[in-house]
Amino acid sequence: MNRLAPTLALGLGLILAGSGAAQADDRLPGKPLPYFTGNCANCHGTNGKAKNDLPALAGQDRELLKELLLSYKSGAKQATIMHQHAKGYTDDEITILADFFSEQ
Amino acid sequence: MSSFNPERRRLIQAFGAAAVSAALPGAVFAAKEQKPVARVVVIGAGFGGATAAKYLRLWSNGAIEVTLIERNKQFISCPTSNEVLGGNRAYETLVHGYEGLKKNWGVKLVNASATSVDPEKRRVKTTAGEFAYDRLIIAPGIDFNFESISGYDAKAQETVLHAWKAGPQTLALRKQLEALPDGGVYILNVPTAPYRCPPGPYERVCQIAYYFKKHKPKSKVLLLDANDKVISKEILFREVWEKDYKDIIEYRPKWNVVAVDAANRTVISEVGDKERGDVLNILPQQRGADIARDIGLLNVNNRWADIDWITLESKAAPDVHVLGDALQAAPQMPKSGHMANNHGKAVAAALIEIFAGREPQPTLLANTCYSLVDNRRGIHVASVHRYNPEKKAPLVVEGSSGVSSGPTVEEGKFTRSWATTIWQDTLG
Repeated sequence: MNRLAPTLALGLGLILAGSGAAQADDRLPGKPLPYFTGNCANCHGTNGKAKNDLPALAGQDRELLKELLLSYKSGAKQATIMHQHAKGYTDDEITILADFFSEQ
Repeated sequence: MSSFNPERRRLIQAFGAAAVSAALPGAVFAAKEQKPVARVVVIGAGFGGATAAKYLRLWSNGAIEVTLIERNKQFISCPTSNEVLGGNRAYETLVHGYEGLKKNWGVKLVNASATSVDPEKRRVKTTAGEFAYDRLIIAPGIDFNFESISGYDAKAQETVLHAWKAGPQTLALRKQLEALPDGGVYILNVPTAPYRCPPGPYERVCQIAYYFKKHKPKSKVLLLDANDKVISKEILFREVWEKDYKDIIEYRPKWNVVAVDAANRTVISEVGDKERGDVLNILPQQRGADIARDIGLLNVNNRWADIDWITLESKAAPDVHVLGDALQAAPQMPKSGHMANNHGKAVAAALIEIFAGREPQPTLLANTCYSLVDNRRGIHVASVHRYNPEKKAPLVVEGSSGVSSGPTVEEGKFTRSWATTIWQDTLG
């Protein structure tokens, strides 16, 4: 399960309740989630928890994930497919992906 | 865009570790007892609809009530079904249940056919009663324009199969291939693009040629393509045909099947050419499925649904979101199960933002289509699509689109892992 979303929902829910801001339900995320992390799930499993020949991303080292994705993107590292997918994301988005999956 | 982690750290600091850890257990299921924030009804539990249902529950922590209406009792995967035709996969492995969506995510499953939608009253009528919604998602899949091919009537359809929706026709076509005598001819056509699964016909002839090579080496595969050329992974497929299936596969571009004579097992082109085969496998033109047409969502040539590419909301009906193969696709966006799964996540994201009172932002969409060229080697085509505000559509990010360097056993393994994982991501 996504551990981060309930955390944010709780935290920002409290902020909203305290500030009297628009009353979105506190179970909903208090700010946009990094929804594009879902793009990786088709091959690497929901929230990166794949159990197959493809590497699981959940709980991997944050800096390692970032380094790998950036080197696939630059072409420094060879791959069968990741050198193509990695070019779809900005460096900032790659940082968010590394953050997200390392936290799972 | 800001990094995700500092925000989390800031919240942990603000509320303390105890508050954060207390929020973790059972957050999704605690929500079950509370009043839903909104009700979403999803019609169609293929790759697009089932993914939308699951991710709405996941990302809303169970706050959004999701009712999923599906007429079939089980999910049968089109991806990898060509392997069944080639004798390289058991049919049963394509078949999956929907229980995981209920058990793991609290999706309300309704095994029924949707019969009509009233967009003003926001109600769906089904064969199992009526359902009210705040937002409706329709993932209708495709149906066929059989009338696009003269003679392809109900009687002809008994013996001339498409097998372009995995299910009973997959098994029936496999039986026809098994009954085909050594030295027989199998004919497959490719309709004019767009159609479901661009590499699918080219993969299918590889699978069937593999089967012939092994068991019926005198048999032939004739591929009649209405398009000017192989429209997906062209160089890779043509190399495989040349190297591995040279005496089996014959490919004819610009050969548009416009008529079929089922009794004589003959197909006819628009210039009057005829070809006779022992097994005819004919794909008619396709369009968004009947339910989308009946509601008036197919507003592009009466075939495809035009949408807003941020919310995937129909341009023909408010509060109705459409996804998957039925869409008027963005440039270079394939009609694939993988893309439909990503559409499902995009619409889930948009609806969560709407229900949270924020303006939805465009997300990214990614695609991978693997094809198996024999019993173990695979090839792929991949792309990532980013919303372009001027074109108001997702466009392929430069450099993200590409194919394999050649068929490999490694990518064959990836193909099968991809299938297992996307089934789990969609249904589990």
